[in-house]
Amino acid sequence: MNARPRSLRRRLTLTLIGGAAVLAVLFYMVIRLYAQQIAQQSQDRILEASMTSLLDAAVVRDGQIELDVPYAAFAMLDTPADDRVFYAIYQDQTLLSGYVGLEGATAQTRQTPGFSTQAFAGAQVRVASVTQTLPANPRPVSLTISVAQTRDSLAGTLLRISINAAVFGAAFFLLAAGMALWTSASTLRPLRQIAESVARRGPSDLRPVTRTVPTELLPLVSSLNALMTRLNLSLTQSETFIAEAAHRVRTPLATVRSHAEVTLMRVDKDENRQALRAMIRAIDESSRAAGQLLDHAMVTFRRDQLEKQDIDLVAICSDIVDRLTPVADMMDLDLRLVDQGPVPVKADPILIQNAVRNLVDNALKYSTPDKVVRIAVARDPDPMITVTDQGVGFPGDQIDMLSQRFQRGNNVKDTVGSGLGLTIAQDVAEAHGGHLELKNLKGGGACAVLHLSY
Amino acid sequence: MKYLLIEDNMDLAAAVGDRMRLDGHVVDHAPTLGDGADYLSVGDYDLILLDIMLPDGDGRRFLERHRAAQNDTPVIVLTARSEVSDRVGMLDLGADDYLTKPFDHAELQARCRAVLRRRAGASQTVIKRGTAILNPVASVLRIGDIEVSLRNRELRLLELFMNAPGQIFSKSKLVDRLFSYDDTVTENAIEVYVGRLRKHLEPSSVTISTHRGLGYRLDER
Repeated sequence: MNARPRSLRRRLTLTLIGGAAVLAVLFYMVIRLYAQQIAQQSQDRILEASMTSLLDAAVVRDGQIELDVPYAAFAMLDTPADDRVFYAIYQDQTLLSGYVGLEGATAQTRQTPGFSTQAFAGAQVRVASVTQTLPANPRPVSLTISVAQTRDSLAGTLLRISINAAVFGAAFFLLAAGMALWTSASTLRPLRQIAESVARRGPSDLRPVTRTVPTELLPLVSSLNALMTRLNLSLTQSETFIAEAAHRVRTPLATVRSHAEVTLMRVDKDENRQALRAMIRAIDESSRAAGQLLDHAMVTFRRDQLEKQDIDLVAICSDIVDRLTPVADMMDLDLRLVDQGPVPVKADPILIQNAVRNLVDNALKYSTPDKVVRIAVARDPDPMITVTDQGVGFPGDQIDMLSQRFQRGNNVKDTVGSGLGLTIAQDVAEAHGGHLELKNLKGGGACAVLHLSY
Repeated sequence: MKYLLIEDNMDLAAAVGDRMRLDGHVVDHAPTLGDGADYLSVGDYDLILLDIMLPDGDGRRFLERHRAAQNDTPVIVLTARSEVSDRVGMLDLGADDYLTKPFDHAELQARCRAVLRRRAGASQTVIKRGTAILNPVASVLRIGDIEVSLRNRELRLLELFMNAPGQIFSKSKLVDRLFSYDDTVTENAIEVYVGRLRKHLEPSSVTISTHRGLGYRLDER
């Protein structure tokens, strides 16, 4: 199941190069074999001619063979490599002339002389032999002639041809290997281009692939597109669903909460009060989760169709401060805006509002009474909004983990309740080319910085 | 304070009405926009609480007509929707504030006060006990010539006592009124606030007495 992925390109290249190598070797061997046969044949023809001229020179006188060795018989065997020539002439089994021990192949007639290659006098020689029966009195005599020649010239020729064949084979191999590389690259290029164009997309870009592709890739692309369409549809549906569900759940929650509050004010028994308090806390928790899910769905949706406008960060923060001041008052907290004049940026105002509101909500939630929550807007080096409180701060060993968690992005399932607000802020910052920075202040308190870009 | 609540969900309206009456407010409930308009034409209200989705129309159209008719009774919108774009739209249409359901009554009260405070002079209802005069909207306690600005929890606590003189409030009930049903708040926290109020009330003829095992009560000296 977990087999190492195999590279199509490497496979194709290796197959093509392997094929080329086999072809090149085959080419070399065929040429060499053919050349060897041709060279051997020509040596054999000359040996045969030499032998024939010796045969023709033989006469029988009184039952005794006389042979006057013609000069031409050996001259024709002269080669540039100064090959040595041996011969042996036998009458019946008796050596008449020549070298002792030069034995040719047996049972040969003039029409089909015997050829063999053997070692003689310390070298490889080619021996041609022929036996002819000559008429004589009182009985015919048998004349056997063997002529041998060393193979130096033949070997030289063969070597030259082999070298040439090898050079041609290697050249063919290199050319074929180059073509194999090119072919495999160009064959697989459309595949790579599709992969790159899909990989280059943002995480939420689910448009179908429209690039023109080779017919072999059409099934892949069309199933990829079908998958994207289904994914897009289900994403849209789940966003709408979350938003709708958050709406639907709020009115009944409000009713229950109001009733619980009224009842809590009327009952005196401690355990009943405990139960009602727990009930109201649970309602608040669900409504907060519903709100954050809704916020998150909205941020996710808008991030893909960012509507950047010219806005002033100070004006936006000032609105939020106005809006949240009654809430801060209730907790005896001071909500302050610190700024040095307008900070104009191009950004999506709704996303920025949402991010800042979530950060301020957090700061209020984790503050103790009679403290200050500060929103500072700065323009250098980048536009940034800093929200600080005087509470307990972020858990020191968790700051990094929190940031890592944002890196993982829109994993809604895991982050409900704990840190969805920060995730929203992080998503918004990233959508505007910035990031969310979390740190603790030296004097105590948490600090969240929403970095944006111009 | 007199409120008009325009809300089609009967259960929610009953609960909200009950809760506000407990705080000593007068609440009229109109289940439709038409009823709301009828109430408005015959009565004077300090504040209107308006739901957005109503059976006979959109609360936002009502808001437009309300403002076009030069009626300047402040309006706080109660909405189950929470998209910021919706909120912005409602403020543009002339709502003074908005609150997302489900809401905390303490927050609703805080927002009502903030709206009334912004509309200076709209209502200067004061509560008087002995020489202590509390203006809840301005969050100011006046004793003779002395004026003290109260923090929000001090105000809410004093308002409770001054609205029900002679009634003993248990610590546990006071915690519920001042803090958002938070587990981590102990009843000792109330002592801090009662201590502060006693200090503010020193020059006056009223004081907060402790009744061991029962709670606190506002008494006239």
